Amino acid sequence: MTGDPLFIDGVDLVDIGIMAAKVLVAFTFLLVATMFMVWFERKLISDMQNRIGPNVAGPWGLLQTFADGVKFFFKEDLRPENADPLVFRLAPYIAAVTAFLSFAVVPIGGSFGSGSSGTVTIFGRETYLQVADPPIGILLLLAMSSIAVYGVMLAGWASGSKYPLIGSVRASAQAISYEAALGMATVVVVILAGTLSTHGIVAAQAGGITRWFVLSSGVVPFIVFLIAATAELNRPPFDLVEAEQELVGGFHTEYSSIRFALFFLAEFMNVITMSAIMVTLFFGGPAGPILFGMTWFWPTVWFLLKVLAFLFVFVWFRATLPRLRYDQLMHLGWKLLIPLILFWLMFISLKELRAANDWNWIATYGAAFIALAIGTALLLAGLRAGDRAFQDELEEA
Amino acid sequence: MVAQNIFFGILSAIVIVSALRMVTTRNIVHAALYLVAVLAGLGALYVLLTAEFVATTQVLVYIGAVMVLFLFGIMLTKAPLGNEMEMTGKQWPLAALVAALLGGVTIYSLLNGFGSDRLVTDGPVYRTADVSDEVFSTYIIPFEAVSVLLLAALIGAIVLARKD
Repeated sequence: MTGDPLFIDGVDLVDIGIMAAKVLVAFTFLLVATMFMVWFERKLISDMQNRIGPNVAGPWGLLQTFADGVKFFFKEDLRPENADPLVFRLAPYIAAVTAFLSFAVVPIGGSFGSGSSGTVTIFGRETYLQVADPPIGILLLLAMSSIAVYGVMLAGWASGSKYPLIGSVRASAQAISYEAALGMATVVVVILAGTLSTHGIVAAQAGGITRWFVLSSGVVPFIVFLIAATAELNRPPFDLVEAEQELVGGFHTEYSSIRFALFFLAEFMNVITMSAIMVTLFFGGPAGPILFGMTWFWPTVWFLLKVLAFLFVFVWFRATLPRLRYDQLMHLGWKLLIPLILFWLMFISLKELRAANDWNWIATYGAAFIALAIGTALLLAGLRAGDRAFQDELEEA
Repeated sequence: MVAQNIFFGILSAIVIVSALRMVTTRNIVHAALYLVAVLAGLGALYVLLTAEFVATTQVLVYIGAVMVLFLFGIMLTKAPLGNEMEMTGKQWPLAALVAALLGGVTIYSLLNGFGSDRLVTDGPVYRTADVSDEVFSTYIIPFEAVSVLLLAALIGAIVLARKD
C-alpha cells in the first residue's frame, strides 16, 4: 500500500480507524448495491418483456431481495449424500470472498486533474477514496477473478451429481479461455497509463473525455473487455454454465438455503465490480465536471452514474441476446477476440514506442506492415500445407 | 520486524501442514486443493518479502491457470467422489529419498550462498517496472528461449493429442 498518502509517515490509531471505516463503507455499499441490483435487473427485464415484475414487497417491490434473503436464511440447508462435505461447504465462501475482495482496489471518488491528485481529507488525513491502492492494483483484480473460478468449479464437483459437474467443467473452460482476452485488453490500458495501480490509471485519464482510455486506446480494447467480462461473469449470452434448459441450474443445482444465497450474492456482486472496473479502466473512473461546491461529492456521483449505465447494459444483454452454443463460444474467444486483441496490443505498443523514441512515422509503420505481411504469408502457407496433407490422408484412407 | 516474523511463522506452518497433507491425503482432488494452499502460502510469503509482483504472478499463473487445468483434468478423468483410492505407489521410498536429497541440496546451497546475510528491511522496494526492465534487457535471451520452449511444448502436445 505504498501509494496511499495515508501511510506515508507511520501508522497510528487514526489511520487504522479511517482504514476500518473505509472497509466498512465499501462492504456495506457493495451489499446494499447488490440487493438493489437484483431488484433493478428483475424490474428492468420485466419492463423489456412486457411484464410487471416484483411489485408486492415494499414500494415498487424494492424490498423483494430483502424478503428473498430472509427466506433463504430460514430454509433447510441440504447436502446431497454423495457430496464431498468439506469442499461442498468451502465453495460458496470462495465465490463470495473473492467477489468482495476485488472491489477493494476500485477508486470510487476523489477529484483528479488540475493540481489535485484524487485525495480526500478525512479527520485531517489525506487519503484516497478506495480501500487499498497496491502498486500491482489491476493484477489483483485479475488474480481475484482467476481464484473465483474455484468457487464454481469446486461447487460443481463437490455436489456429486452430473449436471453440476458439466456446468462447472463448462465454467472453468470458459473462464480460462476468456481470461486471456480480458488480461490482454487490460494490458493495453496498462501500457497507455504506464502503471498498474488503479489510482494511477484513473489519474492518467484526468483532463477531459478525449483522454479516457476508451477513446485513446481506439475502442477495440474496450469492446473486447466488455465481451470477455460478460463471459467471465457467466452472464447471458454466455451463461452456458447454468443453462436452465440443459443443466437444471448448473453448478449450484444442489445448493440450497444460505449457501445458494452466497453464490447468488457473489454473482451479482461480480457484475457490479466488473462494471466498476470497466469505468475505472476505460471511462476515467470518477472523472466528470464539478458542478457546484463540494469537490468530493460530484466525482462519486459521476462514478455511480457510469456504473449504473454498465449495469443497465448487462441487463440489456440478458434481455435481448440468445445464448451462444458451446463451439460458438470457443470460436469467438480463441479465434476472434484473442487474435484481435493481440494485434491491437502490438499496434498500441508500437504507437507508444514510436512516440517515446521519436521514430520516423513512415519507417516505423512501413517496417511493421512488412513484418505483418511476411507473418501472414507464412501462416497462410502453413495452413494450406496442413490442409493439403489432411486431404491427401483422407484420399488414402 | 516482529509482525513479519509472526506472519512468517503462521504462513510457514500453513505451507508445511498443507504440503504434508497433500502427499498423505487419499483423495486426489483434496491433494490438488492442498497444493493450491501451498502455492497460496508461498505467494503470501513473497508479499512479506515486498515482492508483490512475484506474489500476484504466483496467484495468476499457478493458482489461476496451472491448478485450474490440473483440477479440470482430474475432474474429467478420475475423480470418483468419496472413492478413496490407494495412492501410494510402490516406489515411494525412492521418491522420498529423491525429495530428501533435493531438499538437502537446496538448503545447503541457500545456507552456503546467503548464510548469515540478513534481509535488508529499508532497502529498495522492487517495483513492477524494475522487474520488467530486467526481464526485457538483462535476461532477454533466457526469456525468449523459454518462450520458444513453451511454444514447442504446446505444439508438441497438440501433435501428440491429434490422431486424425
